[in-house]
Amino acid sequence: MIGVLDIDAGNLRSVVNTVDQGGHDVRVVDNGRELDSLSHLIIPGVGHFGAASRHLQQLQLVQPILEFAASGRPLLGLCVGMQLLATEGTEGGTFPGLGLVPGSVVRIPDAPGVRIPHVGWNAVKFHAAHPVFKGVKDERDFYFTHSFHLRADRDEERLATADYQTPLTAIVGRSNVLGFQFHPEKSQLNGRRLIENFCFWDGRC
Amino acid sequence: MLKKRIVPVMLLNGSRLVKSVSFAQFRDVGDPVKSAAVYDSQLADELVVLDVTRDGRGWQQRPDLLRAISEACFMPVSIGGGVSDVETASLLIANGADKVVLNSVAYRDRAVLTSVAEKYGSQAVIVGMDVRRDPEGRPGLYSDCGRRRETVSLEDHVARCETAGAGEIFVQSIDRDGTMAGMDIELLTQVSALTSLPVIACGGAGTYEHLREVFVGVDVAAIACGSLFNFSDSNPIRAKAFLSNYGLPFKVV
Repeated sequence: MIGVLDIDAGNLRSVVNTVDQGGHDVRVVDNGRELDSLSHLIIPGVGHFGAASRHLQQLQLVQPILEFAASGRPLLGLCVGMQLLATEGTEGGTFPGLGLVPGSVVRIPDAPGVRIPHVGWNAVKFHAAHPVFKGVKDERDFYFTHSFHLRADRDEERLATADYQTPLTAIVGRSNVLGFQFHPEKSQLNGRRLIENFCFWDGRC
Repeated sequence: MLKKRIVPVMLLNGSRLVKSVSFAQFRDVGDPVKSAAVYDSQLADELVVLDVTRDGRGWQQRPDLLRAISEACFMPVSIGGGVSDVETASLLIANGADKVVLNSVAYRDRAVLTSVAEKYGSQAVIVGMDVRRDPEGRPGLYSDCGRRRETVSLEDHVARCETAGAGEIFVQSIDRDGTMAGMDIELLTQVSALTSLPVIACGGAGTYEHLREVFVGVDVAAIACGSLFNFSDSNPIRAKAFLSNYGLPFKVV
């Protein structure tokens, strides 16, 4: 059973649809107790880091998510869900993240000619191989929409980037935890393939 | 590299799609869910759906239609038309919208922009600006589907919306709407220079050459097209194939 966590931060319906149309059993979960019954967990989000971080604390989801990750089962964060994997975020103040991928979420650097937010389709360049990337070619375009990105402390945990004058973090990963800054559920063929690969992944690299 | 976007616009009147000329003379152009599925199959980059129903309109009354549109699309969907509070924006996002388009409320109560941005992030807030030129050619802003003249200047309105939390500007020429006679390049150039936000250009595109003129001459992130895809043999795949010949970057999937 694939679980999609409802953190009251946007459009989780399209993530559920994508998983469901791939033929997998999927359920929306909104409390920590339900995580035990899941094989895979997806944390989606169109959102604001501060609001999402507060929501995790208020619903007491932090500890259950950390236990889920420690169990070795595959965990995927999308957009703000990916940013929540970091140690902390700086959108609307400084807020704690889950600390599963050490690093901080910072605003995309201002530069001449760079419009923020970074919105639209941008090529994702892989820096490492990963079972979930199987069948997806390098430098295909995925849909991004964000003003902040996750700056990982360890270079080897930044698995892919997208170029926007500076390299923006597109994918982070650490053992059974994975995060995409872009929206695979909105990225047509290759996005669906990544979700599909995640749903079949055993969490080992 | 970030790619340029071609964005079909669907105007919803009741449960049908329509296309207008200068925000009037609605013609029926089909079913919203089927059209969304067709645009998805044509690998459009994004879809914008605006409710232009003049009486008793409200997305609140038809979340099921929005869900059906969203389920037909594996691309981002931006929804607007008559959205005047955070509750409605939340309802749209909960039912499949990735971004909301706010227009009239940006003149009345910009705090709504800020509230939506604080909940969902600025990237989820598109501010729609409808512009009609006066007899001397000066651009004026209009709200309420082009019926109400606003006194604020374009410069001030763009700056205020940006400060309030807008993430993109959707600028539409009422004069060019539905004419297929070409876009208002001067207006687009002006708006693009006024903001550091991405700009989506709308109104007047009738040929691929019109799209080329704008992408080559103006720093816009996206062009939104209604009539071009409603009434001609054009589609997003062919538009991008044409534009690629001029070195313009589009997504590879």
